[in-house]
Amino acid sequence: MSEKTAVELTGAEIFVRCLKEEGVDILFGYPGGAVLHIYDALYKQEDVTHVLVRHEQAAVHAAEGFAKSTGKVGTALVTSGPGATNAITGIADAYMDSVPLVVFTGQVNTNLIGNDAFQETDSVGITRPIVKHNFLVKDIADLADTIKKAFYIASSGRPGPVVVDLPKDVTAAKANFKYPKSIRMRSYKPTVKGHPGQIKRALEMILKAEKPIIYAGGGVVLGGAAEELTTFTRELGYPITNTLMGLGGYPASDGQSLGMLGMHGTYEANMAMHHADVVIAIGARFDDRVTGNIEKFCPNAKIVHMDVDPASISKTVKVDVPIVGQVKEILSDLISALRDSSKKPKDAALKAWWKQIEEWRSMDCLKYDRDSELIKPQYVIERLHALTKGDAYVTSDVGQHQMWAAQYYKFDKPNRWINSGGLGTMGVGLPFAMGAQMAHPEATVACVTGEGSIQMCIQELSTCLQYGLPLKIVLLNNRYLGMVRQWQEFFYQGRYAMSYMDALPDFVKLAEAYGHVGMRIERPQDVDGALKEALAMNDRLVFMDFITDDTENVYPMIPAGAGQNEMILV
Amino acid sequence: MRHIISILMENESGALSRVSGLFSARGYNIESLSVAPTNDPTLSRMTLVTSGNEAVIEQIVKQLNKLIDVTSEIYTVELTGTGEKLEAFMDAVGEGCILEVVRSGAMGIARGERVLKA
Repeated sequence: MSEKTAVELTGAEIFVRCLKEEGVDILFGYPGGAVLHIYDALYKQEDVTHVLVRHEQAAVHAAEGFAKSTGKVGTALVTSGPGATNAITGIADAYMDSVPLVVFTGQVNTNLIGNDAFQETDSVGITRPIVKHNFLVKDIADLADTIKKAFYIASSGRPGPVVVDLPKDVTAAKANFKYPKSIRMRSYKPTVKGHPGQIKRALEMILKAEKPIIYAGGGVVLGGAAEELTTFTRELGYPITNTLMGLGGYPASDGQSLGMLGMHGTYEANMAMHHADVVIAIGARFDDRVTGNIEKFCPNAKIVHMDVDPASISKTVKVDVPIVGQVKEILSDLISALRDSSKKPKDAALKAWWKQIEEWRSMDCLKYDRDSELIKPQYVIERLHALTKGDAYVTSDVGQHQMWAAQYYKFDKPNRWINSGGLGTMGVGLPFAMGAQMAHPEATVACVTGEGSIQMCIQELSTCLQYGLPLKIVLLNNRYLGMVRQWQEFFYQGRYAMSYMDALPDFVKLAEAYGHVGMRIERPQDVDGALKEALAMNDRLVFMDFITDDTENVYPMIPAGAGQNEMILV
Repeated sequence: MRHIISILMENESGALSRVSGLFSARGYNIESLSVAPTNDPTLSRMTLVTSGNEAVIEQIVKQLNKLIDVTSEIYTVELTGTGEKLEAFMDAVGEGCILEVVRSGAMGIARGERVLKA
């Protein structure tokens, strides 16, 4: 396609044209003074659908949900001052989970910058520590190039959020529009292919293993490498565990999957990781929720670590064979090398290792009382999984319900599990679901949440009605800030400070006030019926308030200071 | 252990803020810092002095490389010596002189008459 020939457009019109060039079809946003010219330009076109949220925080979270469920760059537009500051939490969330995002913030006129003007904030300064990069466009001549750079930076290497600050006068100015075919950034060149020597060394170490484990993280999902990971794992016959962010990177229903590892991971996953002699880390970053006490971590293992971000390698745990590059490429090369190699995995040793793993599995660490007269939250998730055939997009907020969703909904596909891992932001569940539903209008999107989290962005129920988003909200209502209550029970001798939610609203009436269907479910025998009824309504948002057993805790648990093998079990 | 880190970066506004922000956010200490454009006005050279063990310095350099404005040209110089010698060296580097770095094996030598002899 030839470069577009020069046409004179306003900054706002250039903005809209750039979005179109980048293939942006959905933009989440909220208008304001500084971005009025842009909204005018958006009004006059039909290629980009704008979703009006009810709080800028939700605009950014919805863009995240869009990105996490598709692998594409999510896009948000907010105004200056309070619009930009309301977006901070979402930007920080995207930064911690490496989500490809471009957030456009309005800004006061260039001649007013630094003057304490109306609705002025130093958005570039405020977001600097929580973005992959940011730009302030001071000259309309730089606008198109900057937007192209922003999308490139957001989506390449280790993805991340990019903020583009747009002064109002720049959006009013006129310039010739020519969208650059390509941009070259001399100081930014992410590595794509892994070093062949390192790949050879890695394969040697992998095939020498007698107690191997594959530790796959969010990088597999972000890098679109689920297929390669699955092929690689199956050909080796090795056990695999996924991090919270990596769920779905390998089919959870497959026998080689040990489930999630880490603070609330399964017994078998943590024990296998602890006793392994070779750990194959793929797109994971040895986060503290996974390692437990670093001094006690993997005492006998040699580690192969493949990641697109060199800064993540040997950051907390020193590794033996690092490979920098896109995990998709590295895994492809490893699979080829494995197939060409005359060496094979050590069958006899593997058999013994699997025998040990099956013993750990027999602990049935995720068991819970199935005969209770109270609704067990784990049961709700299991039934949700069964009735959606494990195929829904499931978003989550943060807390006990999040851990149960991760443990009991077996994800077989990537980009289905959409949650906030690194920052652990309460309130994301509903806007994440909005973003995922906008991206996949025909799919079933369920939001698993708690009473604390759902109230943080509750106003977005209005957005859902405006855009006809038939979300299925699964509220696991235990009347407590569950995770806080659990820690207070375990470590603060039951001093439940501020973890009891008094004065909860009638969620059924609240859902109906927003124009949706509300249901309250209080008995285990009614769970299936409610879920079935809700899932059958594919044109209405259904808000299900499950009154659950408030004494349930998330097990297993690696308490602070403990090693991976020192779990508290149910 | 003190280290001098020399960085070649884009001469863009905010670039200095990014580097100093990185140091403060991650809890690394900047003992001294200087930055100025090079003969190519689109590029600046920044020289900073920090301290830490090998693992910390490795992580600092990796984090610096992650910044979009920072090119892949980063040099670290590890210094040992008396305080006066370090000051003099840093003054010299601070004026933007390009020093050729010559590597020798690890060695220590005493001045004057104290000699290691079998």
